[in-house]
Amino acid sequence: MEVNEIIREENLVYRRTPLMTKATLSYCPGCGHGTIHHLIMEVIEEMGIQEETIGIAPVGCSVLAYDFMDIDFSQAAHGRAPAVATGIKRLWPDKYVFTYQGDGDLAAIGTGETIHACNRGENITIFFVNNGIYGMTGGQMAPTTLDGMKSTTSPYGRNSQTMGPPYKITEMIAQLPGTYYVTRQAVHKPGPARKAKKAIRIALEAQRDKKGMSFIEFVSNCNSGWRMTPNDSNKWMEENMFPFYPLGDIKVAGKLVERS
Amino acid sequence: MKGNEAIAEAAIRAGVDAYFGYPITPQSEVLEYLTLQKPEERTGMVVLQAESEVASINMIYGAAGTGKKVMTSSSSPGISLMQEGISYIAGAELPCLIVNVVRGGPGLGTIQPSQADYFQSTKGGGHGDYHLIVLAPASVQEMADFVDKAFELAFKYRNPALILSDGLIGQMMEKVELPAQKARVAEFDQNWVITGKKGRERNIITSLNLDPEKQYEHNLKLQEKYRKMNEDVMFETFECDDAEFVLVAYGSSARICQKVVEMARDRGKKLGLLRPQTLFPFPTAELSRLARTVKGMMSVELSAGQMVEDVKLAVNGRVPVYHYGTPGGRIPSPEDVMEAVEEQYVGGY
Repeated sequence: MEVNEIIREENLVYRRTPLMTKATLSYCPGCGHGTIHHLIMEVIEEMGIQEETIGIAPVGCSVLAYDFMDIDFSQAAHGRAPAVATGIKRLWPDKYVFTYQGDGDLAAIGTGETIHACNRGENITIFFVNNGIYGMTGGQMAPTTLDGMKSTTSPYGRNSQTMGPPYKITEMIAQLPGTYYVTRQAVHKPGPARKAKKAIRIALEAQRDKKGMSFIEFVSNCNSGWRMTPNDSNKWMEENMFPFYPLGDIKVAGKLVERS
Repeated sequence: MKGNEAIAEAAIRAGVDAYFGYPITPQSEVLEYLTLQKPEERTGMVVLQAESEVASINMIYGAAGTGKKVMTSSSSPGISLMQEGISYIAGAELPCLIVNVVRGGPGLGTIQPSQADYFQSTKGGGHGDYHLIVLAPASVQEMADFVDKAFELAFKYRNPALILSDGLIGQMMEKVELPAQKARVAEFDQNWVITGKKGRERNIITSLNLDPEKQYEHNLKLQEKYRKMNEDVMFETFECDDAEFVLVAYGSSARICQKVVEMARDRGKKLGLLRPQTLFPFPTAELSRLARTVKGMMSVELSAGQMVEDVKLAVNGRVPVYHYGTPGGRIPSPEDVMEAVEEQYVGGY
């Protein structure tokens, strides 16, 4: 019996979007990827653009994103998703094209492709999931790993003096004239998730209206890589990640947002 | 016109949908010619200068997945940078065209012509067991003709095709008869393209098979495809019918060797030339057949000896196979080659 058959219709407040496939998510329990996948597909369902949308999956934990999102998909080499998306969008300007990338993919090996796609104002959407670590390969230091944070390749904590400090690529690309909408969101609680969903809608509508690059960073957790329980990882994220990566809009309608 | 310009003009006329590239000597004329020609007005072709060869090839990967005709060009160091992307394109079985106007290496090398990228072109180049379809033009005319041919083969086999030219063919000017303008294709094979899942199940472009059994099966399928390509092997023979000794050369080397054969024939010597037009598939069967009638062969290359290995494999010890090569961007004169032939094949001369 399906869950929806048990719950009476008047009590139904949430349903699983049929745009997610029936495949079981390969992410660790507690990880934010699944929620972000769902939110993106809910917006695509609500906008009625499933048949016109093409996603690009990166190398990293979300390499298998195409197993879960029921739309046309291309997998990409590590870091190259914005170039792959550029190739598709330039030839199919009326389709919706998005990349889904992690921090190692987007902010380390793919920095060049990220910056230049943003600078050209490619009319695509980049979903950037920043959990401060390389999850797929077992928890190595990422460009976004916080100062002092332990990982398998910074076992004594990140030393910004020798390893370089974490950097905010989202604030960097917001400076480029090609970016139209730049925001940083989270999905660890219902409130932030609802805000994140609104941001996804704004981004895809900007693409529909051919406004240029829309870029959403999701600050997320990696409870496995951080060696924490899911609850502890979310608490740690609030206490440590959010102060360095503050949530909220950075650029709206092509204008930088004044932030205190 | 220049060989590089012929490639660019032929691309517009072949109805190519997009070119993504990055400047590098000695092939920059391709991108320059395309931007000057305003192909977006002539045919609607998209031309974009990417931030790197790495980005170019990944734009090709993305665009090729939508079933359109897309191409890039570069020269040796740039092609090296593209190898990861080319491996992905081969693994995902996407059609596209890559042009390599080869210069001398290794490293930054020289901007002078070379054929030292033969191994990289014909043996895969990037990681994994794969092959490209490799066409080797020996004239500006073939630079133009091979563009359409390369796309025909690339789509027939859903495999990347490479035109292996060099700085000599790319830069030299010859008369060329340009092909007629073709319309850009508007129908796409919905069995595999990613253009949105309208009216069908979704398609996925990927080279990832985490299950080793699936990856094994995928590799076997690729190998079967590469074997089938033998039916499209292309080569030319020159004075081979009664030849006692045969030169094997492609591209600019073949132009030099044609002169060598003419010189030898003037002296009454029975020298012939086999010129592969496709380097993958390689004219193995024809070389094997020739090995029964000639007394020796010599592979002449602008390299330290690369194609000679394939000639030896084809000949399989039946007759001696020699090599004459000038690596590093130096071009031999016909007399240089003639001297080498006489040295190796004294009996016949």
